[in-house]
Amino acid sequence: MAGAHQHLLLPGTSPIHRLAPEAKIVGAFLFAVGVSITPRTAVWAFALNAVVVALAMRITGYRVRQAVVRFAAVLPFVGFALFIPLIAGGDQTQVLGIGLSIEGLWASWNVIAKATLGTGASLVLAGSTPIPDVVRGLGRLRVPTVIVSIVAFMFRYLDLIVEEMARVRVAMTARGHDPRWLWQAKPIATSAGAMFVRSYERGERVHGAMLARGFTGTMPQMDHRAATLSDWLLSAAAGAISLSLATLALLT
Amino acid sequence: MHSTPESVAVEDLTFSYPNGHAVLDQLSMTVKPGEKVALLGPNGAGKTTLALHLNGVLELQAGSIKVNGIPINEDNLSEIRRRVGMVFQNADDQLFMPTVREDVAFGPANLGLTKEQQAERVREALDAVDAIDFVDRTPHHLSGGEKRRVAIATVLAMHPDVLVLDEPTSGLDPFGRRELANLLKSLDLTQLVITHDLPLALELCPRSVIISNGRVVADGPTPEVLADSQLLAAHRLELPYGFSPAAIAQPEP
Repeated sequence: MAGAHQHLLLPGTSPIHRLAPEAKIVGAFLFAVGVSITPRTAVWAFALNAVVVALAMRITGYRVRQAVVRFAAVLPFVGFALFIPLIAGGDQTQVLGIGLSIEGLWASWNVIAKATLGTGASLVLAGSTPIPDVVRGLGRLRVPTVIVSIVAFMFRYLDLIVEEMARVRVAMTARGHDPRWLWQAKPIATSAGAMFVRSYERGERVHGAMLARGFTGTMPQMDHRAATLSDWLLSAAAGAISLSLATLALLT
Repeated sequence: MHSTPESVAVEDLTFSYPNGHAVLDQLSMTVKPGEKVALLGPNGAGKTTLALHLNGVLELQAGSIKVNGIPINEDNLSEIRRRVGMVFQNADDQLFMPTVREDVAFGPANLGLTKEQQAERVREALDAVDAIDFVDRTPHHLSGGEKRRVAIATVLAMHPDVLVLDEPTSGLDPFGRRELANLLKSLDLTQLVITHDLPLALELCPRSVIISNGRVVADGPTPEVLADSQLLAAHRLELPYGFSPAAIAQPEP
């Protein structure tokens, strides 16, 4: 069974796939920063940023349908944002006979546009970079080793834990457990406790296995291609565009 | 050859877990260089606990262990861990890195090898277990048999002198078990194989040791040990239905 992370990656060898992961992480981050500081009235800046995201997604190999499905991740934010014009105060405008706050409409646009662009940047990163590479990229960016290790182990064991949970659920169902009401939740709570203990014990065994292969407390350095100047320049381009658009919009 | 030290020499090893449960009781045994020995015994006999001592994952409480004449202690723990390769029962516990390549390189990297040497070790170890095609896969997407082979590669990459395998065939389908048995036969290393799979013991290991209640209760040529049905029954062991060790050609010593 493949985990969710498996579905995010689009196998391919596009120029974006070939960029070093650390450069892509920085690029996506800078792009998101640029987008988030862009004033909400600078619609043209958002439009240009959207072109950048669409181009990058196209190069990564997203098909339109696929992209739409993945953008669904922003729906919870959008759902909330849609209410703002209804509840915000200030000047009103009439749309289809409903009074909407102009201030609220801007706020709503702000949330939706920024969330969508940010998601687009993450989708480019996730679609072009296998998780192990993201983990390595974080390591090369000097993110503290402990945090990198936690991410790496989470990635490695999340599937196992989810599978284990699914097995527990099947075993409960097989013995007639069919929770419908809150007071039937006790077996779920206790099994969560059992899962915790099992995961903890697994952690001990994994640590034993690491010691057996000479682990001394710090993750060893392993061989990987370092980011080249062109990797950095290409990735930084995305960030540079959004940042300069933001600056331009702020100045005008 | 007269002064060659024993590959593994365990003397009066005694161990209890923190909850007071005594697992090993003055256990002593030796393994000669190049020997392949099956460790048999019921669940809870102390086989895995013994294995965890052999490369220093569990700390010595009483008794002594020498590997190639080197006593296990704080000072030479890293040397012992290089010399004794431990393959754990559950491959998911052993394969903890995001990719097979990094997992196999983990041991060599801990040994302080250069990146080129690490890459060479990875290639060579995965070749030995016929798993070079998995090098960029993530371990949890491999099948049980594939995981087991990669787990062995992670240990081979450290160039050990002794291989300790904890129930290497448990949970494998018959063909996976066959591949594993052939692989272990092809590896020219001292091997200590913990197993409930008695035909495997007969096929791979000329010598068998039965451990029960933390002590060695039998030690001899595998065909003889397995022919003693009373001895086997006394220690919760049983040959598969219809299996007769006497009817099978004996392994070359």
